[in-house]
Parts: sequence; C-alpha cells; structure tokens
Amino acid sequence: MTGTVTERLDSLRDIAARLESELEDEVIRVSFEKDELVVLAVRSTVPQVLSFLKEDAACLFEQLVDVCGVDYPEREERFEVVYNLLSMRYNLRIRVKVHASEDTPVPSVVSVFPSANWFERETFDMYGVIFSDHPDLRRILTDYGFEGHPQRKDFPLSGFKEIRYDEELGRVVYQPVRLVQDFRDFDFASPWESMDDQVARARGCAAQLPGDEKATEGKGA
Amino acid sequence: MGMNPPAHGPGPADEIALQAASGALRDKGFVLANVDKVVNWARSGSMWPLTFGLACCAMEMMHSAVSRYDLDRFGIVFFPSPRSADVMIVAGTLTNKMAPALRRVYDQMPEPKWVISMGSCANGGGYYHYSYSVVRGCDRVVPVDVYVPGCPPTPEALIYGILQLQKKIRRTGTLYR
Repeated sequence: MTGTVTERLDSLRDIAARLESELEDEVIRVSFEKDELVVLAVRSTVPQVLSFLKEDAACLFEQLVDVCGVDYPEREERFEVVYNLLSMRYNLRIRVKVHASEDTPVPSVVSVFPSANWFERETFDMYGVIFSDHPDLRRILTDYGFEGHPQRKDFPLSGFKEIRYDEELGRVVYQPVRLVQDFRDFDFASPWESMDDQVARARGCAAQLPGDEKATEGKGA
Repeated sequence: MGMNPPAHGPGPADEIALQAASGALRDKGFVLANVDKVVNWARSGSMWPLTFGLACCAMEMMHSAVSRYDLDRFGIVFFPSPRSADVMIVAGTLTNKMAPALRRVYDQMPEPKWVISMGSCANGGGYYHYSYSVVRGCDRVVPVDVYVPGCPPTPEALIYGILQLQKKIRRTGTLYR
C-alpha cells in the first residue's frame, strides 16, 4: 500500500469511493486533480470529515500539514479554506476544501487537530475568514492594530500605513503611505522576434514563445 | 589561495609611529598624544556589535564573525545585550511590527553608538519596498552611519562596511558626540 505511484493512486481511489459512501451528507464532491485527491466538504461538517479521515482505519490521515485560504473575488462565497492532510501510515496525502464568505464562519478543527490553532489564526489574519469555536482567534502575523486582511485580492499592495520614528514625540509613529515612486509592473517577455521562431518557420511549424506576438504588434501584420 | 583578506594591520607608517612612541617612552618615560585620537583609536579598535539578525543577512553576518573571516581580529565581538554594545548591525528586513522593538533596543545602547544598515531591505526596503508590512529603509527608524549594499551582502562587503565605519569614527569621532 505504500510503494509505487500507481499503487498509491489505487489506494486513493479506494479512499475516494469510501468517502462517497460513508460521508454522503458531509461531502459535496470528491475529485482527482493532477492525481491528487481533493474533497469539497460541506462547511458546517468540516470537523466531522477531518476526524473521519483521521480515525478511519483505511485512511489514518493523522497529520494536518497545513490550513490555508484562497480568495476568489468573483465567487459568491469568495473564500476557500484548504486543509492538507498526510497519512504517515499509508504514505498518502489528501486535500479538503470548504467554501466560505466574510460572514459565514467555518467551524474550527482545533478539537480534532490541535495544530490547526495557529493555522486558522493565520488564515483569519490573512483573509478574514472567521472560525467558530476557535479558542483564541487573534491576528498572528500582522502588526498590532493592523486593519484589513492583506491576502485578499482587493487589499492594496502597499497597505495603508507606514512607520517612522518621530524625533519630537520620541517614539515610532504611523502615517498614511506615501510612495516616492509608484509600483511598476514590468513586462519581461521579449519584444523581439526570436531566433527559435525563425528556426521553427524554416522547419515548417510555427513555435511561439511568450512575447513573440509583440514583434509584429502595430505593424498591421 | 581561496581568499584575500582585507588589507589591515600595522603598515610601515604605523611601524614608524610605534618606534617613535616606544623611543620616547624609553628616553623620557612618557608619551604625548591627542586624547581624542587615543579615544577614537580605542573606540574603533573594539567595536562591539549588537547581535541583531532579522533575516538572511544575519547568515552572512555570522559568516563574517566565524573563523573564515574572523571579525575578532578587528576587536569586533558580537554581544547579545544592547547595554554593552557600540554598534548595531541591522541585518535584514525590518518589518513594521519589529520597528518599535528595534528603536527601543537602539535607545538602550549607551553613547557613543553607531548603526550599520546591512543589505537592500535595511537600506531601503529592497525586494519588499512596496510591501504593506515592511519599513522602507531602517533609516526611517534609527540614524544610519554606513549602508552596506547587497542582497545579501557578502561577508567581505560587510567587513568593508565595518572598516568604513572605523575610518568614520577615526575621522569624525569626538569625546562628546
């Protein structure tokens, strides 16, 4: 059960089938993405799903590797909370996802995996996802008194406040961000026709490299 | 020969001065010198930097301290308390959250004190210049004497910066700063 890639894929398929039958109400979708097992769970039942994965004799995903968030601003429930699990017993990994919005709390899984404590704090800090029943849901990474959730897509790159030592007040003070030069997003793709392209044309097949299209741009070609 | 240590140590000019001084000491029993020059010589010859590593620059700072580059030979010994330190090497990314702590540690250092800003992040934010959480240069929080460029600077670069600071102390240092 631990050996080759195909053997591991087979055991993941077994687990997928088992999840679909055992956790019918708790799981929305079980799918494979690039040979990795991904489970979309019902938000309110995450702790049950994770404790099943942890304790079931055929799964034994006993290690919570990571909890993180993803922001999809176009979705109605914009956040996705992702739990990555590892089974040391079977050498398998699984990913559990739930959807959430700013005001729909995700039940905390600290009771199942104590290591989720700081992971969930980090997800809360970075995305503003609320975890209900979390023992200590505070910010963990950002500055004291920080406002906003920096990993959200609508958070400005440079934030709102910057810091400076004030000689008169004798302490570090906050002030609104003032940049001498705005952030520039450079385009590093080559604007010239590439050698490879000419070689490819000589061989009769058109290979395009990123940026090649800019060589003919504005020439009406 | 894998490396060329920076030129340092007594040269011919020092040798002549030393012989003059020891000759005077033998003949007269005393030596005359400018007090502030002696003080500057002493200060620049035993700068104790505060162990204050913030990021990957701290690795290069450690490398400059251990056997290969051996900062001890300049009288430079890293000291883990601001109360006895003369120099603060800001080695790494200074974040908003760390800035008040950095300033407090700087305030706790006794005068005279100097600051070396090590690496792009400490010099001006570097890679994180546009970040929401990083101070765009540690000179916004503490006064900086020497800026060492690099990402991270090599131990040689840091030692060069330290030697520049020694020169600066010898050139500008006074009894009252």
